Amino acid sequence: MPEAILPASLVEEEKLVSGNPSFHDITHLVSEVTERKTPMAWYIVLALSLGILAAFGGTVMYLVWAGIGIWGLQQPVGWAWDITNFVFWVGIGHAGTLISAILFLFRQKWRTSINRFAEAMTLFAVACALLFPGIHVGRIWMTYYLAPLPNAMGMWPNFRSPLLWDVFAVGTYGTVSLLFWYVGLIPDLATLRDRAKTKTRAMLYGLFSLGWRGSMRHWINYERAYLILAGISTPLVLSVHTIVSFDFATSVIPGWHTTIFPPYFVAGAIFSGFAMVVTLMVLARQLFGLKDLVTIGHLEKMNKIILLTGTLVGYAYAMEFFIAWYSGGEYERFAFINRAFGPYAWAYWTMITCNVISPQFFWFKRFRRSIPVMFVLSIVVNIGMWFERFVIIVTSLHRDFLPSSWGYFMPSKWDLLTFIGSFGLFFTLFLLFIRFLPMIAIAEVKSVTPQADPHFGHRNEGDLVAEAH
Amino acid sequence: MAKHKVLVAEFDTPAEIVSAAGKLQAAGYRDYDAHIPFPIHGLDKAMKIPDSKLGWIVLACGITGASIGLGLQWWSSTIEYPMVIGGKPFFSFQAFVPVTFALTILLSAFGTVFGMFALNGLPRWHHPVLMHPNLRRMTDDKFYLSVESDDPRFDLTKTRDLLEQVGGKRIALLETP
Repeated sequence: MPEAILPASLVEEEKLVSGNPSFHDITHLVSEVTERKTPMAWYIVLALSLGILAAFGGTVMYLVWAGIGIWGLQQPVGWAWDITNFVFWVGIGHAGTLISAILFLFRQKWRTSINRFAEAMTLFAVACALLFPGIHVGRIWMTYYLAPLPNAMGMWPNFRSPLLWDVFAVGTYGTVSLLFWYVGLIPDLATLRDRAKTKTRAMLYGLFSLGWRGSMRHWINYERAYLILAGISTPLVLSVHTIVSFDFATSVIPGWHTTIFPPYFVAGAIFSGFAMVVTLMVLARQLFGLKDLVTIGHLEKMNKIILLTGTLVGYAYAMEFFIAWYSGGEYERFAFINRAFGPYAWAYWTMITCNVISPQFFWFKRFRRSIPVMFVLSIVVNIGMWFERFVIIVTSLHRDFLPSSWGYFMPSKWDLLTFIGSFGLFFTLFLLFIRFLPMIAIAEVKSVTPQADPHFGHRNEGDLVAEAH
Repeated sequence: MAKHKVLVAEFDTPAEIVSAAGKLQAAGYRDYDAHIPFPIHGLDKAMKIPDSKLGWIVLACGITGASIGLGLQWWSSTIEYPMVIGGKPFFSFQAFVPVTFALTILLSAFGTVFGMFALNGLPRWHHPVLMHPNLRRMTDDKFYLSVESDDPRFDLTKTRDLLEQVGGKRIALLETP
C-alpha cells in the first residue's frame, strides 16, 4: 500500500471517527447512553431545571395576570428584554439548521456526528424563542389575531407588517426544524426499538419509528426527502433571521433603520448558535464517552466557524459605525456615538469584548483544539450575543429624536426571572432528549465510516482519496 | 388468503450485499428488498431501483403553498379587508414576499415528509421482517436480502438455493397471515 505518498493532512481529513469502531460499536456507543441506568446526576440536574421552569411558569402566570407593566418597560423603551431574549433564542437555534442543511448540501461529512445534537438544540431554542413574542403582547388571549382566521369582526391581519412576517417565518422555521429532526431520527429510533430489552421501550420506540425496517427501497425515498428538506431549509434558515431583522430595519428608529441588518443578524445567529453547540457538546461528549464520534477535529471545525462568523459580526459593527458617520444623518450618528459612549457604554463594550475580541483566540490551533479554552470562549460568545441584541434594541430606543422623551431602561426582577426561567425550559427539554433519544445520528455516522463503502478493501487508499476530491 | 412468506438471508458487509443483490436482479427477481442499517450507494443501482418520485410531490406542494400565501394576502388585503397602510397600494406585493416564501417552504416540507411516508408505505407496524428476532440487526450491523412470496419466480427451494449461492447466511423463512 503506497501510504508514503499521501500527505499527512489528507489522511487525517479522512478520519471522521477515531478508534476505528465497527458498525456495532457505533450503535452500541450511542444507544447505550439511553439504555443504561439513569445516572443520579441526571435527576439532580433535571430537578434543578424543572425548578427553574416552574419559576418561569409562575412568572408568566403573574405576567398574564398583572400585565407587562411588571417588567421594566416604559416610555421610550417599549421593547427590552422580551425581544432581546426572543432574538437571542432564535439566533441560538440557527446553528442546528445550518449544520443539518447547509453543511449537508456542501457535503461536509463531519456534520454527521453533531447534527442530531445541534438540531435538538435548535428545536428547544426555538420553543423558548416563540414564548417571548407570545407573552410580550400582554393580552396573550388575543394572540390569535395574528393568525389569518376569519373572525366575527371581519378583521384580517396586516400582511405588510414585519411583526406578522415574523409569525410566519418563525412558525415555519419551528415546524420545518421539527420535521427535519424527526425524519433524521426515524432510522435511529428503529435501532433503539430493535435493541429494546423491555416491552415499554419496544412499544414506544416502535411507535415512533413508524415501522422502519431499513428497506433499500425506502432509503431511496428517505435520502431524497432528506436532501429536499436540506434544500428548502437552507433558504429558510437564512430568511428567518433576515425577517427577524426586518422587525428593526423597516422602522425609522436611528440605529435600527439599516440595510446591513439582514446579513449581520444571520452571521450573529450562526455565531451564537455554534457557540451554544460547542458549550453543550463539550459537556455531553465528556459525560457520555462519545469522544470517538465527536472528535477534537469536529470541535475545531466548529471553532473555525465561530471565528469566521465572529469576525463577520465585528465587521458589521464597524460598518454600522462607518455608515452612521458617512450617511451624514445627524440622528444616526448620535445613536452610534451614544451607543459606544453614552449611558449604555458598559453594554456596548461588553458586546465588543465578547463578540469581536474573544473569538480571535481561535486563530491559534492550540486554542481551537483546547477543550477548556473553547468551553469558556463559547460561553463568553453567548453572553456577548445576548448583549448585542440588548444593545441594538435598548440603546436605539432609549434616546430617539426628542431629548424630552429620553429615558433609561432598568430591568425589574420579573425581567430577570423570565429570562433565567427560559433556560429552565431549554435545559429540561435537553435533558429529556439526551436521556431518551440517540444524540448522535447513528445511521449517518455509520455511512461515513470507511467500511461502509462497498469497495472497502478492494482498492488502495490512494483511490479512495482521489475519489473524495 | 394465502400466507405471505418472506425468505431472508444475512450478509456481513456492504460489498457482499451489493454483489448478491445484483445476482438476484439478474436472475429475474423483482419483488425483493434489502434491509440495511444505512443507505449503501451502489446498491440502488445493483437492484435497479428507479429514481424517487418525491421531487414531483414536493414541487406540487410548493406551488400550492406559494399560491395560498400570495392568494390569501391579495384577497384579504384588497378585497376582504382593504386598508391603506403607510400609503402603500392594496396589493403591495413586495411586502407579501416573506409570508409567501414561508408558506411555500412550509407546504413543501409537509409534502416532503408525508410524501416520503406515502411512497414508503409508512407507518406500517406489522411487516414480517419486523417480527423476526434474527433480523434485529438490520438496524445495527448486518445486511439482509428478503425475497417475497409475491414474486412470480418465488420458489421455496430454488430461491433458498440461490440465496445460499450468492453468499447469504442464516437463511430464514418468515410468514404472516
